[in-house]
Amino acid sequence: MPRRGGPPEVNAGSMADIAFLLLIFFLVTTTIETDAGLDRMLPPIEPPDQDVVIKQKNIFTVNINKNGQLLVEEELLDLRDLRSRAVAFLDNGGDGSCNYCRGGKDGSSSDNPSKAIISLKNDRETKYATYITVQNELVGAYNELRNREAQRLYGRNFTEMEAEFLNPETPASIRDDLKDKVKTIQDLFPQKLSEAQTAASN
Amino acid sequence: MGKFNKKKDGDLPAVSTASLPDIVFMLLFFFMTVTTMKDSSLMVQNTLPNATEVKKLEKKDRVLYIYVGKPTREYQKVFGTEPKIQLNDKFANVSEVGDFILMERAKKPQELQNVLTTALKVDKEANMGLISDIKQELRKVNALKINYTTYEGDAFRNLQ
Repeated sequence: MPRRGGPPEVNAGSMADIAFLLLIFFLVTTTIETDAGLDRMLPPIEPPDQDVVIKQKNIFTVNINKNGQLLVEEELLDLRDLRSRAVAFLDNGGDGSCNYCRGGKDGSSSDNPSKAIISLKNDRETKYATYITVQNELVGAYNELRNREAQRLYGRNFTEMEAEFLNPETPASIRDDLKDKVKTIQDLFPQKLSEAQTAASN
Repeated sequence: MGKFNKKKDGDLPAVSTASLPDIVFMLLFFFMTVTTMKDSSLMVQNTLPNATEVKKLEKKDRVLYIYVGKPTREYQKVFGTEPKIQLNDKFANVSEVGDFILMERAKKPQELQNVLTTALKVDKEANMGLISDIKQELRKVNALKINYTTYEGDAFRNLQ
């Protein structure tokens, strides 16, 4: 007898089961990644060729002890005040050569943002969480100043521009444009965060 | 009046499940796209600290991971409760970090070898001593670009 109505239909009833199986496999073996963090560069291990002489007033020292207390410029400071102190130091413009600084122009603080260095030291027993908080505040101080300048020059935030520049999905034409802007702002407030060898605990 | 046949009692019409596979496939594709494969199972406790000024780590193939934290409960009998370093699937000493970086770097394609980032996934409770040692090892093998992986959140919550 000839078949009518084409070939018989394949039973797709178990399709759902197969799909569930795959779904559960992917649920178990994968994670939703939370990969974001603070980017830092370590100093190269070779010492620089010539000794650089840095004036004491251009260095902003931050010491963290093992109890998580901060010693900033030789005096005890609350962590919550660190950001504003760092901003005041970076933005000081003591020698008047910085025409975009809005700081106090204090002669005993930093000369110019390009000369200002933040030196961070920590104890071996300092908690990692405290260290990250301090790092966060210092990076925050830089970002605050850079955002201010980016708002003045380009009318948008530096952090936003940088994120867009680093995002691989941004079209190349926009990226090229952003590259120069990001570079300009970075040069206005270069991030000079030095971390000396960890002090031994005593 | 054959048009209005009374339904037989107790015979509910079956719910069509024909679209069930489609729904499940949709879920499947969702999870396949938004998640990534676990590369190693964690053997250390890994509660990351919070930070606000974070940058996203783009391009997963350019990242090497180093985990630091207390061993999880099942490993505590053998390895104790001091924070340890986990590289891939095993515990390691500080001195092995350099070799690990060199080996992982050699596995990557040539053009990526100079742009690798080392992501430090460190538990909040770890001490800076160990981290400083790791950083020193990283400097020795010239892996200078690092990223302290954190959660996004108020940094002052770390202090509690």
